[in-house]
Amino acid sequence: MKRLAIFAMIALLALAAGVSAADDDLAALQQDAIATYADIVFASYQDSLELASALNDALVAFVAMPDADSHAAAKAAWLAANEPYGQTEAYRFYGGPIDDEDGPEGLLNAWPLDEAYVDYVEGDADAGIINNTDDYPEITKELLISLNEVGAEENISTGYHAIEFLLWGQDLYADSAGQRSHEDYATAAKAERRGQYLLIAGELLLENLQDMVDQWDPANDEGYRGALLSMASDEAITKILTGIGVLAKSELAGERMFVAWDNQDQEDEHSCFSDNTHRDIVTNFMGVNNVYTGSYTRIDGSVVQGASLADVFDAAAAELNAEMLDLLAMAESQVNAIPAPFDQAIIDAEPRELVFNSVLSLQDLGDKVVELAATLDLVIDTALPE
Amino acid sequence: MFRALAPPWRFALALAVSLLALGAILLAGSRSQSQSPPARSHLLGGGTTIYNETRNAFAQPAPGLEGMQELLFFVGNSFFNQNWVTAPASTTARDGLGPLFNARSCASCHFKDGRGRPPEFDGEAPTGFLVRLSLRERDLSGASLPEPNYGGQFQDSALERIDEEGDFRLRYETIKGEFADGMPYELRKPAIEFDNLAYGALHPEVMTSPRVGAQLIGLGLLEAIPEARLLQLADPNDQDGDGISGRPNYVRDEVSQRQVIGRFGWKANQPTILQQAASAFHGDLGITTSIFPQQNCSPVQLECQRAIHGGEPEISDDDLLKVALYLSSLAVPAQRDFDDPQVRRGERLFNEIRCGACHVDTHQTGIHPSIPALSRQTIHPFTDLLLHDMGEGLADARQDFEATGREWRTPPLWGIGMIDVVNRHSYFLHDGRARSLTEAILWHAGEAEASKTAFTELSATDRQALIAFLESL
Repeated sequence: MKRLAIFAMIALLALAAGVSAADDDLAALQQDAIATYADIVFASYQDSLELASALNDALVAFVAMPDADSHAAAKAAWLAANEPYGQTEAYRFYGGPIDDEDGPEGLLNAWPLDEAYVDYVEGDADAGIINNTDDYPEITKELLISLNEVGAEENISTGYHAIEFLLWGQDLYADSAGQRSHEDYATAAKAERRGQYLLIAGELLLENLQDMVDQWDPANDEGYRGALLSMASDEAITKILTGIGVLAKSELAGERMFVAWDNQDQEDEHSCFSDNTHRDIVTNFMGVNNVYTGSYTRIDGSVVQGASLADVFDAAAAELNAEMLDLLAMAESQVNAIPAPFDQAIIDAEPRELVFNSVLSLQDLGDKVVELAATLDLVIDTALPE
Repeated sequence: MFRALAPPWRFALALAVSLLALGAILLAGSRSQSQSPPARSHLLGGGTTIYNETRNAFAQPAPGLEGMQELLFFVGNSFFNQNWVTAPASTTARDGLGPLFNARSCASCHFKDGRGRPPEFDGEAPTGFLVRLSLRERDLSGASLPEPNYGGQFQDSALERIDEEGDFRLRYETIKGEFADGMPYELRKPAIEFDNLAYGALHPEVMTSPRVGAQLIGLGLLEAIPEARLLQLADPNDQDGDGISGRPNYVRDEVSQRQVIGRFGWKANQPTILQQAASAFHGDLGITTSIFPQQNCSPVQLECQRAIHGGEPEISDDDLLKVALYLSSLAVPAQRDFDDPQVRRGERLFNEIRCGACHVDTHQTGIHPSIPALSRQTIHPFTDLLLHDMGEGLADARQDFEATGREWRTPPLWGIGMIDVVNRHSYFLHDGRARSLTEAILWHAGEAEASKTAFTELSATDRQALIAFLESL
């Protein structure tokens, strides 16, 4: 009897030691996964900045010598620049540097754009800051910054979509993107002011992205990276999971896809001028996938990777993790199959079904993030913050 | 968030709640017979209550939305949150702002579906505060006539190249008083001044009424309270002699073209969520609907009349209905700290000094026509949705259908303890003059005079308990 008691005690101790060693392992794995996340965020903002810089060069060349070729090159540079930036949207929604109280998200990516606040539109040839020489005799960087800082109710007129509008113009066509002519920057009325506006918008894009790179730079002791890595891992993982959960379920599946699907309103889509919304959807999805699997393919083809959330959950809740990976694989093939342009895909019967099924998968994905978090006793809210 | 929990969790939670309840009953039984068991659930929104104590507590869909409704909630949310833009725009579903407006989106005044506040300095950008304008005369339906040059609402924003109506300033007069125990307090009473008026002078007899946007939780539940219940609570001639004589407002339903009971707005001047939303789109954003199809421009606002509009109507019925669905199904957060002794004591005092005579705690909803989850729920909004004379101090001297200048609708109290978290301020009452819940109580007069006086006669500890109860809601 005594021997049995001792045996039981030893067994219990061994079990306790095993549990605590497993706990330590899990804690270390969580810290490693958070570090991988920070590496991926930094690399993807660096890539966004690099391609925004290439875009900026293309804008300078276009405005200096506006012709069909320089115009096409500027548009190609805009499309390229959105590839890495779209993936960085997975770092939103938890009050991190991109969208904390003075974060630049609105200045970079505000939607919908008030086109008539910027330039002429069909039916109103004199609209916008560009044509309003009375109130705004000169278009300067200070002016655009001040107009964007009118207060809580600012009407944002810079960022990717402002540049998109200035390059493509309104999309009034079922079978193509916007058809703005390069003459808008050469012989058209207010061509010079339009060019000034475009260049300033390009510069502001660079400044705001540079801020993000700085915040996540490992060499910056004052940045957010250090703050995230020194947080309790529960807190950091809650933020990371909130970012991908909200993006997948609410922002992407809900706001960007289902609303357009339901409305079938041709231009109720994010990149409406360039008809690039199908890529916005794919790159947003990639952002979620990068974060969960701890792997990001850079624009030069190299891969940033390390211990991942998938590893953490493989240890903590292997079955759920496998379900999550299956969902990611399914959503990946679905979003990649949505044909361009998105504004037609939400109208034609067959792609419409595909869009809807993608919405459901992305919502399941968001719900799965909540379930996974619960296994670590973390509470995730996937509702869209306002 | 609650609905997202996996079934085992839900079960565990239910079990925990039952055990707590059992514990409470056993405790109550063992302690004393005089302490009554909790009569009221902390699930303020019945089966659609959520557990959320974050800044997004007011922005959650009611658990139990069926099928596509959960997805359509997103569509309504999108039209509620996103800025509207100048027409014409490529995004035709979202253009038509203004030409004159107070805000570019619903969410800018109901930030996070919560409550607005008065500006803290002159010219502070929209904070969910606006000024209604009207004349003494009324039309056949009982609605007040608008100010001839500026319309029914002062709009301090406009599209580019159109003159905004002007600026306003708030000036506050300080009113001093003291509690029975000698503790002094100060209230502030606002007066409004207009400046830089762009469309001529205001009518000499103009009546003005400042308003803040209210929190939007549980509106579908309030809409589902049977009319008979409200009429049963009404006592227009104070037949029971308790000094409290609630009565319904009867207002115009623009869809049915009939006079019906009003439920929403500070004076219960809107009969339905749909019409409330359409009216706000029209007055606050300058967005036309099939219910209010005319551009919101006065006869002298010619630029406004000539401006390009964003379609007829500017928001389609389909999208408007989804905004109404969204507004109907914003969930009510559960009461917090409901078993805290101070909170329990506060609620007892709340009832003893008869706050609950108007802030009626419990109702049963009837059948909701489109959202089954809202039907047959026992809810605790702390309102009777009726009009009450609140005295001269709060009066805006402005008639609104049946509501006199001294009458206001009892506002629901659910969620008021979360305003501080959601909106990071503690301004209360229709114009946000009260800087705390205590000040809000001290402004009560008229039918609420006796309750207010009783509050001032409570000890400091009891006053704190009563406030702690309100903050738990």
